[in-house]
Amino acid sequence: MSIKLGVPSKGRLMEKTFEWFGTRGVKLLKTGSEREYAGAVEGIEGVELVLLSAGEIPRELASGNIHLGVTGSDLVREKVPAWEQRIAEVAKMGFGGADLIIAVPTFWVDVDTLDDLDAAAAAFRKAHGFRMRIATKYHRLVREYLQDNGVADYQLVDSQGATEGTVKNETAEAIADITSTGETLRANGLKILGGGPIHSSQATLFKSRTADWHGGNKDVLRALEDALRM
Amino acid sequence: MPPRPEVLKEARRLCAAFESEGAISVKADVLQPAGTLLDLYGEDIRARAYVTQDPIHGEFVLRPDFTVPVVQMHMETFAEPARYTYAGKVFRRQEEDTGRPNEFIQVGYEVFDGSDPAKADAEVFSIISRELRDLPIRAATGDLGILMAAVRGLETSEARKEALLRHVWRPRRFRALLDRFGGRVPAPSSRAALLASSDPFDGSFPEIGLRSRAEIEARIAALRVDAETAPISSEQIAILDELMGLRETCPNALSALRDIAVDLPSIVPAVTRFSQRLEAMVARGIDVTDLEFEGSYGRTTLEYYDGFVFGFYAIKRPDLPPVATGGRYDALTRQLGKGREVPAVGAVIRPEVVVTLKEQA
Repeated sequence: MSIKLGVPSKGRLMEKTFEWFGTRGVKLLKTGSEREYAGAVEGIEGVELVLLSAGEIPRELASGNIHLGVTGSDLVREKVPAWEQRIAEVAKMGFGGADLIIAVPTFWVDVDTLDDLDAAAAAFRKAHGFRMRIATKYHRLVREYLQDNGVADYQLVDSQGATEGTVKNETAEAIADITSTGETLRANGLKILGGGPIHSSQATLFKSRTADWHGGNKDVLRALEDALRM
Repeated sequence: MPPRPEVLKEARRLCAAFESEGAISVKADVLQPAGTLLDLYGEDIRARAYVTQDPIHGEFVLRPDFTVPVVQMHMETFAEPARYTYAGKVFRRQEEDTGRPNEFIQVGYEVFDGSDPAKADAEVFSIISRELRDLPIRAATGDLGILMAAVRGLETSEARKEALLRHVWRPRRFRALLDRFGGRVPAPSSRAALLASSDPFDGSFPEIGLRSRAEIEARIAALRVDAETAPISSEQIAILDELMGLRETCPNALSALRDIAVDLPSIVPAVTRFSQRLEAMVARGIDVTDLEFEGSYGRTTLEYYDGFVFGFYAIKRPDLPPVATGGRYDALTRQLGKGREVPAVGAVIRPEVVVTLKEQA
C-alpha cells in the first residue's frame, strides 16, 4: 500500500511545489546529497516521493508509473494524446502560470486575428511556394488549435529554444510559445495574436487514471486529499 | 494483428472482381515522401498518419492511403483511359483510444477516364455496390461539385469566392467566413483601425521575417477592397444553407436542387451532372429511389474529393468504420500533375469490415 507522487526535480517549480504542499501540512523534502534525486514525504503515511523532470511527469502519469504528479497543464496536454482518458486534474496550484500564444512580427500590421493569419498564410504560400512556418515545441497543442479553427497553409517547424529569434533569423515566419510577460516577444519585434491564448497553463496536481488504485491506495489518496483540504 | 485468412481471401476476391472489370493490379511503397502529403493535406496529416524520419532522405509517411501514389504513377504514364486495383495495408494513427485498428487492408478501384464522368462515377459506385450486395449496409452520397459551383455563383468578389472555396473542407472556417462576408459578424475592431490609419507602418518596429512590406501592403489593399464590397445577400446565404442542409433521397434531392438552381443558375451544370449520374446508375441497375443524398457529405474527410462522394455503412454497427468510401478527385490530379490533370474517380473497400458483417449474418 503506497502511492507515488512525482514532482519536478529542480528549480523554482520544485521549490514552489514543496512550498504548496508544506503550507498544507504535507512536508516534501529531498534526502541524501544536494545532487541526489531522492526524496521523502512527512505528515502522511504511504506516499512515496519521486523526483522527475517536469517534462517526463505527463508520460509517467499516462502510463500509470506514478499515481500523482505535479507538472504544467500545458505539458500534459502536449505530451499525452486524449489526456483526459488517462489523467485527471486534482488541483490547480496557482503558480507557474504562463500562456501558450501565437506571435507574429509587430511589423505585420495587417495581422491581428486567426482570420488574418489564415489569409496571410494563403497569400504567403502563393508568393513563396511553401507553407508559412510557425516555430514551436508545442506541436500537438498548436496543431489541434489551428485545426479546430480551420487555419490552413501553415507548417510547424520544431524549435526547442530561443524560439523568439527564429523570425529574425528567417527560419520561421511566426512562433507559438509560452510567455508570462511578453517582454521577450516585444524585444524580438513580435506581437501576440488576439483572441486569447491557445492554453493558459499553470502548475497542476494531476492524478493518473491508469495507476494501480487497489489495495488501500485509494484510502491513501483520500487521506492526502483530506490533508490538502480538497 | 496480422489479417486473418478470411480477410486476405476477401481482399483477393475483391481484387479479382476489379481485375475482371479491366483494372490493372498495382503496388505502392509503404514509405511515401512526406512532402507531397504535407503539401496536400497540411499539418493535419500528422495527427492522422505516421510520420517517420530517414536520416538521409528526410521525412516519410507510412502510406495512409493508395490514392496519392496511384495518381502519381498514373500521371507519369498518362495512358488514358486506365483502371487500377490494389490491395494492401494502410496505416492510420489513432490519437484517441477508439479501439479502431491503426493498420488495415484497403482494396481499391480507381478509374482515370474523362470521356464521360457521370458514367465513370456510376461505374465505380455500382461495382462497389455489387461487391457488397446482401450485406446489412446503407449507402450515403453527396456531391461537392454542386457546393463548389454554388460558391462560384455567389454575387460577390472573386477574392471572397476564392477564400470560401479554399475552406470547403473546413466547415467551421467556411461558416465563419460566410458570416463575415454576409455582414452577420462585423469585422474585428483592429481591422477598422488599420483601414482608418493613413500610415499603418508608423516605423516603430523592425521589418523582420521573410514576409515583405510589399506583401503586407498588398493585403491591406485587398482588405480595403473587401471593406468596400457589399455583403453577400441573406437570400444567397439562405440558398447556400439550404443546399448544405439538404438530406433527401436522390430523386427528391435532384428536384430540390433544380428549384435552387432557378435562383442560383451557376449550379446548373453540376446539377445536370448529378442528374446524368443518376441516369447512369439506373442504367447499371442501381435503384436510386431510396438512395440518400446529403448536401454536406464529404466535407470533413481527409481526401480532397471535389465531385461525387459516397460511403457504405453497416446499418446496425455504428461502431464499425465505413465498409467502403469513394469519390471524384479531379483537383487532386491537377495538384499532383504539375500542369496536367485527368478526371478521376475511385473507391476503397475494407475487407475486414466485409468479413465481420458476413460472419455476423
